[in-house]
Amino acid sequence: MEERELIPKVFRTEYRKIVAVLCYLFGIEHIEIAEDIVSDTFLAATELWSIKGLPENPTAWLYTVAKNKTKNYLKRNSFFEQKLSADIKYLTQKTEEIEIDLSGKNIADSQLAMIFTVCNPAISSEAQVALALNLLCGFGIQEIADAFLTNKEVIYKRINRAKEKLKEANIKIEQPTVSEINNRLDSVLTTIYLLFSEGYYSTGRRPESQNTILRKDLCEEAKRLCYLLIENASTNKPSVNALFALMSFHSSRFDARTNDDGETILYEEQDETLWNQELIELGTHFLNLASTGNIVSKYHLEAGIAYWHTQKQDSSEKWENILQLYNALLILEYSPIAALNRTFALAKTNGKKEAIIEAEKLHLADYHFYYSLLGNLYTGIDNKKALEHFQTALNLAHSSADKATISKNIDRLLN
Amino acid sequence: MNEFLLVIHRDLTSVDAKPSPEQMQAAIKPFQDWIGGIAAQNKLVAPPKRWDSDGRVVKENNTVINGPYAEIKESIGGMLIIRANDYDEAVEIAKGCPILQWGAKVEVRMAVVTA
Repeated sequence: MEERELIPKVFRTEYRKIVAVLCYLFGIEHIEIAEDIVSDTFLAATELWSIKGLPENPTAWLYTVAKNKTKNYLKRNSFFEQKLSADIKYLTQKTEEIEIDLSGKNIADSQLAMIFTVCNPAISSEAQVALALNLLCGFGIQEIADAFLTNKEVIYKRINRAKEKLKEANIKIEQPTVSEINNRLDSVLTTIYLLFSEGYYSTGRRPESQNTILRKDLCEEAKRLCYLLIENASTNKPSVNALFALMSFHSSRFDARTNDDGETILYEEQDETLWNQELIELGTHFLNLASTGNIVSKYHLEAGIAYWHTQKQDSSEKWENILQLYNALLILEYSPIAALNRTFALAKTNGKKEAIIEAEKLHLADYHFYYSLLGNLYTGIDNKKALEHFQTALNLAHSSADKATISKNIDRLLN
Repeated sequence: MNEFLLVIHRDLTSVDAKPSPEQMQAAIKPFQDWIGGIAAQNKLVAPPKRWDSDGRVVKENNTVINGPYAEIKESIGGMLIIRANDYDEAVEIAKGCPILQWGAKVEVRMAVVTA
């Protein structure tokens, strides 16, 4: 790999590991000290490596420098003696003996502790995602701002406010106990899925090449965090495996769902040879692993739906399964999108006429998707009505991608 | 919005009460679609559970009778709670119950809001 490509990659993966370990060591009160030390380390690396070239083992170099900087910091600062020392977990007799443990095991433990700290309901889900990108994924403020289509100041404020709140609430950075895992795993999974969705569904006004790379990155980060939970025995629960399966199935269509100009290609029109079979197999593998125990989470149901969508061929079996999974999903948790998709599946299994009757009971007049669905259902039954619905959808849609999709439907109806 | 209890009463003693696996299969889909349709309107408060047909009936003087309550023809076959504006709307939803065609009856009761 070229040096130019290697350095940012090393920085991102190692930044998040060292930050996690130091935050875990220092506690939430001193999270900025941890970040400063790591930033200093990377600054030193940038300066030195640009003159002397890459060291033989960049990771080991970074770990050594980070350890030394931490020890120096602790020695230098007398405040450590009174304040910080009380918080440090592995405190030994003397400052010099403090072990800064950058072993794989401690990195994994620290990252798990940090996931549970960041995904804390004390802060808003929006802030959780931003903080996760910053502390758990090693994204810079600018990159996060790009991901959220906003500016650096907004993200900077959002992240700082989130950190303040975590401090005020005195959230500990520690290994979650069994009962904490049971109580809080759901909100951790919600944040991971939000992060994934941000990458998968956001249709931005960024330059397309940058857009695609960034969105893929977000999806990969969400999968990586989820996989950290799978690798840890205490968090390796069926719902975690189901979420990983769900994200794998979705990402299998990543390359097929937009054309070179960044326009959305509808599911029916996708070239399925572009669907990533490896990811589909990976998803199937983890969905099987998820099928233990007797709790069916929404991720199980959504992964099941996503699995059937990886079968391109229309069959009554496919749509009957999708319909029943949507029925179960709605019984578990209502959402407008699930209600619309359920009605689409109903049209496939029970016919358009029955689906129209059901659709008109949904009362989702604010959603352009609702009118697109009605337009779709009326197509071939009453094309005049279909056109009216598509036009209402067009008026309600905001994003250019949605408008383009609806216009395509209208064109198809008129020709 | 008010909450309504829908109680499905069925004759558990007749021959029809013990459907074949094929009949069961044929009956489950319309039932699941009915419930899914209520949920899709965000009007499902509590989904039905599956109850066995074994049952006990407790009477005065600690008398316990085996079997579901069967002095009237219909025992409880299932229960769910829905959200609806009024009885008209709740009854409209209840009319969709596919077991009606097998002779079941659906009792509709509105929850009384305690002040």
